[in-house]
Amino acid sequence: MREDLELYRYRAWDERLPIRWPGGAKLAFWVAPNIEFYELDPPVNPSRRAWPRPAPDVQGYATRDYGNRVGLGRMMALLDKYGVRGSVSLSAAVCDHHPEIIELGVERGWEFFSHGIYNTRYAYGMDEAQERSMIEDAMEAIFRHTGERCAGYLAPALTHTESTLDLFAEAGGIYTCDLFHDDQPTPVRVRSAKRFVSVPYSLELNDTIAYVVNRVEPRRYGEMIKQAFDRLHREAEAGGTVMCVPLHPYQVAHPHRLRAFEEALAYVVGHDGVWLATGREIAEHYLEHYYDLDLARSGGKGGGSEEAATDPAPGSSRDA
Amino acid sequence: MTLDADHLRYPHRRRGMDHQRYDFSMLSSRPPVAWPGGAGVALWVNVAVQFFPLDQRGKPFAPPGGMTTPYPDLRHFTLRDYGNRVGVVRCLEALDAFDIQPTFTVNAALVEHCPRLLDRLVQRGDEILASSWHMDTLHHGELAVDEERAIVRKSLATLRECTGQAVEGWVSPARSQSRHTPDLLAAEGVRYMGDWINDELPYAFHTNAGELVALPLSLELDDQFLIGANLHSEWEYAAQIIDACDFLAAEAAETGHGRLLSLSVHPWLMGQPHRIAAFESVLAHLAGCASIWSASASEVVAAWRGQAA
Repeated sequence: MREDLELYRYRAWDERLPIRWPGGAKLAFWVAPNIEFYELDPPVNPSRRAWPRPAPDVQGYATRDYGNRVGLGRMMALLDKYGVRGSVSLSAAVCDHHPEIIELGVERGWEFFSHGIYNTRYAYGMDEAQERSMIEDAMEAIFRHTGERCAGYLAPALTHTESTLDLFAEAGGIYTCDLFHDDQPTPVRVRSAKRFVSVPYSLELNDTIAYVVNRVEPRRYGEMIKQAFDRLHREAEAGGTVMCVPLHPYQVAHPHRLRAFEEALAYVVGHDGVWLATGREIAEHYLEHYYDLDLARSGGKGGGSEEAATDPAPGSSRDA
Repeated sequence: MTLDADHLRYPHRRRGMDHQRYDFSMLSSRPPVAWPGGAGVALWVNVAVQFFPLDQRGKPFAPPGGMTTPYPDLRHFTLRDYGNRVGVVRCLEALDAFDIQPTFTVNAALVEHCPRLLDRLVQRGDEILASSWHMDTLHHGELAVDEERAIVRKSLATLRECTGQAVEGWVSPARSQSRHTPDLLAAEGVRYMGDWINDELPYAFHTNAGELVALPLSLELDDQFLIGANLHSEWEYAAQIIDACDFLAAEAAETGHGRLLSLSVHPWLMGQPHRIAAFESVLAHLAGCASIWSASASEVVAAWRGQAA
């Protein structure tokens, strides 16, 4: 274990980049539906049990299956109504179990990025070869079923090893949602020195964290989204911001929750200067226009390795 | 570190579910369901009539709402018993005032512990579903199948004899099941169960003793979940139920597809004097919603079964 993986350099918020998003937009807004598959009886990882009750944990399993059966159709209709494309954090096994779900996303031009194979399989205890194989398996499944290269990563159930981001970058990924240190994208240092970035993905506004961990009432969740938007929109005058709302069809799409969420979504979409983006689009725009500036500005300000960060390996990961 | 190879093998990674109990189906892709009288939303109000034993084993987990202090936990035992004496009467008066039909899920041990309560429920004529013997006879993955079968048989026989009803519905304590529960229930004449909360409409559920109907009894809208587990206030509870009602009514009107609102209330919780007014406000809203059909569990199942392919 290490005290700090030194994945990025320090940059204070009042030193943020003067980002402008396509069309001169100030705030990049993206919605990340987590479309997951939880197994009824997975092998028990030595570091973490999938379910609190002995198998079969019907309550936990059925709670999540609700998302694919009921919640997702509702969520898709709502995002369609507001012209928002989902950037899906996908348990890649959904490609095999429910290909009809993938088709519905592809029809809509949604992005699919990797959230591992199952959300009941954790990286804890994997050696590098195992984690690489899991990462590549998921990326291949996404390519096979969507025709698009997987660009982003959110570790399954947010389970990481010291090598996770290195391995994902080496497999051809360009961005990660696993780091919560900023409201702008930042370079992420990986051992291959590939150009690799963090795209802000908010845990604080994640519906599962809000509803389940923090036990927030549905109407208050809507208010939290509006207040976060107001501040990020205002601060974007001095440097464009990213706002992400990570969702789970088994949480937000319940009948007692979706209307309050819709009000918040309508509020965000109704403002000027908002770019309705996907995670990949944000990463690519930043890589093209701001990545080098970010490194140049933060050079010598500690954290990270100069060589790795300023000497990218030949061949952008987008060629992979 | 290295994980065993099993952790990277996926034997059930194939089309459909990772088990054989039911087929995958998205609500948004199903043919429409219509309710009697052209109602948009079927309303199933389930009143959980429960017995929590003082000598709780709590294996393999303590039942939600069960004993928590060292034996004898008179505090929780009597708080729960309050529901069967006071709370249930308050809840029934409220339901009757708004002409909303309850269904009762009953722990069979109450036939012995509170026979007069059972008499009252039977006299009303509302439908009674079985909910095992008591809240500590949990159906779970480590329970021997013979032991589970004995619990199912004893519970159903006791309730059938006491009520004179067929008792074809079931909700397990803590909505917990073993691998065998659906097979055992079907073999003992149960036709529908509320434990699988993965849907908002009935659906077909396979067992080795014939088909069951899964009739999901919402956990997310359960008073014990919202108030007891999430610590939301009773008025925040009311707001969420009202929002759910309005959402489903609008969705039914917009799509022409019938919807189901299933509410489970616990008299020991909702029947407290500081909460009952919030429950009454919910009932007033439901009663004022023109597209609602107040039904028993078996009426919902029968209406759905008549249309299911």
